[in-house]
Amino acid sequence: MTTYIIRRLLLVPFLLMGVTILIFGMLQFLSPVERSALYVRDFPKNEKALDAIIKRYGLDRPMYEQYWRWLVGVVDVATGERSGGILFGDLGYSRTSSQPVIDLILSRFPNTLDLTIWAVAPVILVGIWLGVQAAVHQNGIIDQAARIFSIIGTSFPTFVFGLLMLMIFYANLGWFEPGRLADEYMRVVNSDAFRHYTSLITFDALLNGRFDIFIDALRHMFLPILTLSYISWATFLRVTRSSMLETLRMEYVTTARAKGLPERDVIFKHAQPNAMIPVVTLAGGSVVGLLGGVVITETVYNYPGIGAAAAKAATTLDVVTMLGFALFNGIILIVANLVVDILYATVDPRVRLS
Amino acid sequence: MAEIKPSGDNTLLKDTISIRPIGRVERFLGPENYRIVTGLLKTPASFIGFVLIGFFIFIAVFAPLIAPPLEGRDPYQIPRDGFSSDPRPMGTEWKRNRPEMPFWYQPLTGQTQWVHLLGTSEGQYDIFYGIIWGTRTAFFTGLAVTFATLLIGIVVGSVSAYYGGWVDNIIMRVVDVLLILPGILAALILAAVLTPRIGKSLIPTMAALIAFGWMGYSRIIRGDILSVKERDYVMAARVIGVKDSRILFRHIIPNAIFPTLVLASLAVGEVVLSFAALSFLGIGTEVGYADWGQVLSFARNWITSLNTYWYIVVWPGVTLVLYVMGYNLVGDALRDVLDPRMRGRS
Repeated sequence: MTTYIIRRLLLVPFLLMGVTILIFGMLQFLSPVERSALYVRDFPKNEKALDAIIKRYGLDRPMYEQYWRWLVGVVDVATGERSGGILFGDLGYSRTSSQPVIDLILSRFPNTLDLTIWAVAPVILVGIWLGVQAAVHQNGIIDQAARIFSIIGTSFPTFVFGLLMLMIFYANLGWFEPGRLADEYMRVVNSDAFRHYTSLITFDALLNGRFDIFIDALRHMFLPILTLSYISWATFLRVTRSSMLETLRMEYVTTARAKGLPERDVIFKHAQPNAMIPVVTLAGGSVVGLLGGVVITETVYNYPGIGAAAAKAATTLDVVTMLGFALFNGIILIVANLVVDILYATVDPRVRLS
Repeated sequence: MAEIKPSGDNTLLKDTISIRPIGRVERFLGPENYRIVTGLLKTPASFIGFVLIGFFIFIAVFAPLIAPPLEGRDPYQIPRDGFSSDPRPMGTEWKRNRPEMPFWYQPLTGQTQWVHLLGTSEGQYDIFYGIIWGTRTAFFTGLAVTFATLLIGIVVGSVSAYYGGWVDNIIMRVVDVLLILPGILAALILAAVLTPRIGKSLIPTMAALIAFGWMGYSRIIRGDILSVKERDYVMAARVIGVKDSRILFRHIIPNAIFPTLVLASLAVGEVVLSFAALSFLGIGTEVGYADWGQVLSFARNWITSLNTYWYIVVWPGVTLVLYVMGYNLVGDALRDVLDPRMRGRS
């Protein structure tokens, strides 16, 4: 297994290089002048200034030179100082958010993580429980309701669902709001008195003993959580159901029943653990899916997470920020897949990683 | 020569062995594919799905009769009744740029004045018109993107599976790289980059969805081919010296493709979701183009007052959901039918 992990990790730089080259390649559709517009706030009317910018950032150079430049940065001949260069830890400066990309990612990611943690836990628990129930009572009420629910759920585009939720719960009822926190609480969180243990607001609020902030954070996160999880619920349920149905037909389950075990033990002790194997794969996949899902969800709810920032960077063609996100996303994705593989081998002894 | 007639009493035999008549359709499709088709038509859920899809096809075909366009204008441009920003409620009288009244309106309601049936959205774009003509956009983009992704997926997947070895390895690593970015974000970047080159139209978004949409098909078809490739008839073709390309396109692909084709036909609905999502994020067609995502994106600026202007979200939203649901209902039944464990049960 160790060799497997090492081999997978060795692949990581190549995959990351591939994805960044891909983004660079896509940007070749733009002319140097258009690309220079990405570096300046007020578009210079003076053409000389524009030329200077193109020269300074090497925007008219061939793609491989620009890529190399992005990788290792530029060394100033006079001072010997290096500016930029991803390999030296400089992710560049994000024009759309007016801060270095690394700061942007580090400040936005905790918000997204906070959201996904609260979205994933109920999905997995409720989805699996409902799935088991649907399988045990096949074609019963839960099964049918789950079927209808999952079809309706998968038919709802995230942003339509989001808009409808905002219409009902924000505009009409006023129960939940978009955004991250109410202003007065935001001030508290940003003040020195508030200790940042985890930088996840909900957990920090609890650790600081500020229950009111915790409630307010959840109030802002409720709709995004609902939006992120309604599709995953349905899929978890379906996968658990079909896997559980298959397991229940196996002979060892019949044996367990025949020797007189109570039905509850048969289901939860004997059948369920074995039925969980495909669910583990799905859980890994859904982490990946959630990262994609936050792009739209965060934009709809105006939630200051990494997805909304990525969408903004992409629509305004903020290259440097996009590359930063691509790298970050790639790393998370590869690690998540690796963890799933390892978990998979742990849950199912028949799987040998090689 | 005299015909030989079976003698003796064979009624017993007839009763024991039931003879199932094989129809022309079944003979044409083959028993396996026939089972899939009949399985789909017999499930009530998928039947409702087919009805929904049929309903939208009807709307798309008869769009000019249901919502007549303005004379001499591009029918895909939603006619604007003025320029004021606030949406107007359902049933508001149509003042400027009024198209002809559709033939069905007067007999149905008894009114003589064509109105904004479902209200107008920001900038006085008629919502009803946008929904009706948007159906055509939905089908067009869905079909075009699905066809293109399917084609690329089949070619890449079959080359990868048939040649195997390092070809397969390289292609699958490229697929891995393409799958690192979340699909919607990758498509967003490409569409945003292509827009200045091509101009605001359906093309950049479609190109982006095609570029990042074929990987799934290539993986499926690759798996199917890997299993078909080992069959005896492929070996036989190889033994008598048939060319590689002929083996691939005449012997392997036709036998491996049916499940992928059916899955792809259902993806037509899914494409619309991604397309609408990109429109919603502000990438895609120019403002006022009859496209559901575009119509919905007007709502972004009115989130705080959606209690008054609910119709700018609800109508296009419900249309989009029903359209996708039609495909999902069929798809759900299809997964059951295609499930190997279900074989021989329906």
